[in-house]
Amino acid sequence: MKYVDEFREPEKAAALSQHITKLCHELKKPLKIMEVCGGHTHAIFKYGIQDILPRSLEFIHGPGCPVCVMPKGRLDDAIAISQNHQVILATFGDTMRVPGSRTNLLQAKATGADIRMVYSPLDSLQIARENPDKEIVFFALGFETTAPSTAFTILQAAAENITNFSMFSNHVLVIPAIQQLLESPDLQVDGFIGPGHVSMVIGTDPYHFIAQTYHKPVVISGFEPLDILQSIWMLLLQLTQNRCQVENQYHRLVHPEGNTIALQAINQVFAVRKNFNWRGLGDIPNSGLKIRPEYAQFDAEIKFTLPNLQVADHKACQCGEILKGVLKPWQCKVFATACTPETPLGTCMVSSEGACAAYYKYGRFAQTNHRQKLDHGHG
Amino acid sequence: MLQEDHFFNKYYTTYLTMSFPSHQPNQLKDTHITLAHGSGGKAMGDLIKHIFVNSFDNPILSLLEDQATLNLANLTQQGDRLAFTTDSYVVDPLFFPGSDIGELAINGTINDLAVSGAKPLYLSCGVILEEGLPVDTLRRVVTSMKLAAQKAKVQIITGDTKVVHRGAADKLFINTTGIGVISPGINISAHNIQVGDAVIINGELGNHGAAILIARGELALETNIESDCQPLHYLVEHILNVCPQVHAMRDATRGGLATVLNEFALTSHVGIRLYEEFIPVRQEVQGICEILGLDPLYLANEGKLVVVVASDHAENVLSAMKSHPGGKNACVIGEVIASPPGLVLLKTAFGTERILDMLVGEQLPRIC
Amino acid sequence: MCLGIPGQIIAISDTNHKLAIVNIAGVKRQVNIACIVNEQHPPEKCIGDWVLVHVGFAMSRINEEEAAETLQLLEQLASLSI
Repeated sequence: MKYVDEFREPEKAAALSQHITKLCHELKKPLKIMEVCGGHTHAIFKYGIQDILPRSLEFIHGPGCPVCVMPKGRLDDAIAISQNHQVILATFGDTMRVPGSRTNLLQAKATGADIRMVYSPLDSLQIARENPDKEIVFFALGFETTAPSTAFTILQAAAENITNFSMFSNHVLVIPAIQQLLESPDLQVDGFIGPGHVSMVIGTDPYHFIAQTYHKPVVISGFEPLDILQSIWMLLLQLTQNRCQVENQYHRLVHPEGNTIALQAINQVFAVRKNFNWRGLGDIPNSGLKIRPEYAQFDAEIKFTLPNLQVADHKACQCGEILKGVLKPWQCKVFATACTPETPLGTCMVSSEGACAAYYKYGRFAQTNHRQKLDHGHG
Repeated sequence: MLQEDHFFNKYYTTYLTMSFPSHQPNQLKDTHITLAHGSGGKAMGDLIKHIFVNSFDNPILSLLEDQATLNLANLTQQGDRLAFTTDSYVVDPLFFPGSDIGELAINGTINDLAVSGAKPLYLSCGVILEEGLPVDTLRRVVTSMKLAAQKAKVQIITGDTKVVHRGAADKLFINTTGIGVISPGINISAHNIQVGDAVIINGELGNHGAAILIARGELALETNIESDCQPLHYLVEHILNVCPQVHAMRDATRGGLATVLNEFALTSHVGIRLYEEFIPVRQEVQGICEILGLDPLYLANEGKLVVVVASDHAENVLSAMKSHPGGKNACVIGEVIASPPGLVLLKTAFGTERILDMLVGEQLPRIC
Repeated sequence: MCLGIPGQIIAISDTNHKLAIVNIAGVKRQVNIACIVNEQHPPEKCIGDWVLVHVGFAMSRINEEEAAETLQLLEQLASLSI
């Protein structure tokens, strides 16, 4: 596959691994790198990238999984919408198993709600066209990567005057989340691997505050293993050279100004919420998107009466500390016992990109020795 | 065979042998299945005769008894154990690229017998029909079953038909139960797996699962991928001819290769190491998996045989498989290791290793 | 929100609605190209473009030269002995 296979070549990975190791030796201290995006977490585990990096370099898996950070209350709202017998609720596959306070969408579907998985928000609009006597609600989620697609879908619905369609918007924004983490005094991170596809939309400019105000280097990275390895190498190079900048490894796709057409669509349809609650991280101001009044007819929060309850995380859940890099998955008291992929308690186990779920699925065996060293060394 | 009332059965047999010049005994006029077709009366009898009996066409079935009887001596001449399995088929859509529910219902059950080393001989066929199912659809499915049975040289010798209210079943469900005989000395079981064994697959993975996903139409993806549905007993026979001491075999159906290997690892309390670079996956299947965020190792197959054999015999078995049409793309994809017991490890093309876990629930497409 | 895959636009299926057919490793799908078209680069000009596909939208064009540059750097790093 073009633009994919070339960025997965093992020989180049081995070479990059050697360069990275050399830089780690030069830096002489243990390093923690946060990859913000769930897609990066997934790739790191899928390709076993941690295994070809020196033990002194550790990944902190950030909150870049919009599915994982969805609070239980919002899931409950979506399930409530689906209980209406006129409603067809459409959503991405990721959302189906996310637990609300009592149940999830898969269970709701099993007990009779008309809930359908779609690949694209446009598919949900098609369902609306084909079912004029039903009310179609698209459960929209995702970072800035996905927001343009839902924005364009609403614009299309408006252009066609479709009246039986609305969206339940749970889009969240990356930059406020990163800022919240940076504000935290116990955050332990030496640099950031930036989300490549979010950056495809927002550009590289929004990240400058990380380098300038918080003095942490950033490299915007692609998602193939060689992209990630090159980005790590670039980060370490910055650290050895005492530079602190925002660099763009994914420049074949990401431009400094982002995608203006996509950004315009987002701005036309959405406004920033004053506040949004993130599972594991709490309330983050200006971190969510809601539909503008001009498109109120497509806003499910207006069309439907929702429970709208804020539901606290499980008492034993330590996701907040995992997201900040204070704890590793296996250090959480309930990891792999009460909290497993089948019975997730918190955000980090909910989706397969959550740090705990990814670790549970991919890393359990290989990391056994590694984690012992980390626990007894510099944990 | 299908009616509990012997008197009615006798009456019906008499009725069928009467000749009516204006009646065309070889045609079923109904266009859709109704509840009458399951109620034990004439409609049902016509359905059974014209759709099933005429198609499957064998002397045992044509007797139309409540059961099929088989001569035990014939069976014991062919082997010293009976293999016996059952499976139900509920696939949606009924027809998909490369195959359909009918062919699946025959080959799927044959394969469950074949992986024990049994020669499949006889199948039963129980169907549950949804009221309103077009008779033509049923005809198509049954014809497909007939052709698959002929190709596999098995006979469908008994069956059952039920009709349920509209909405109580999804179009058509089929159950096939099969028996086969195992020759003396053949002992194939997941419990036989030894450290050092080779793990061999007969071809590309994930084609069936991908074909079904595409056929459902919701994802609006277009490809030329077809199901790999095929009977595996000829390939198995071929393998056993060169190596009767094969340790374990299974067909990698729901849950894919990863599920079968996890089951093997748990049953024999061994570890299995797979080499990603040797696992054959078609480019289009890879493409679909990349688009939807799926892993081809968990996709269903309907014609893939996983063979675990002592390393000394691996070469011979591999050559035998490659020389057979059902195993042209056969290759060694892994080995059995002592530790970690009960787990399957995947060695990536990078040389790194990760666990290939049991599937948690169904694999769902993702955007993250 | 991150899952995107490169594909090549092989046809425009609906200019007014900005829809095109993309080929991803032999798999074809209709995608929306609103994010990558403007006056300088109208739909017809998109045929042959390599794009990043995410949830049924072509989000951005892949720049061939930039990709080659990245690969070249990776080659150089691979040939440099440690």
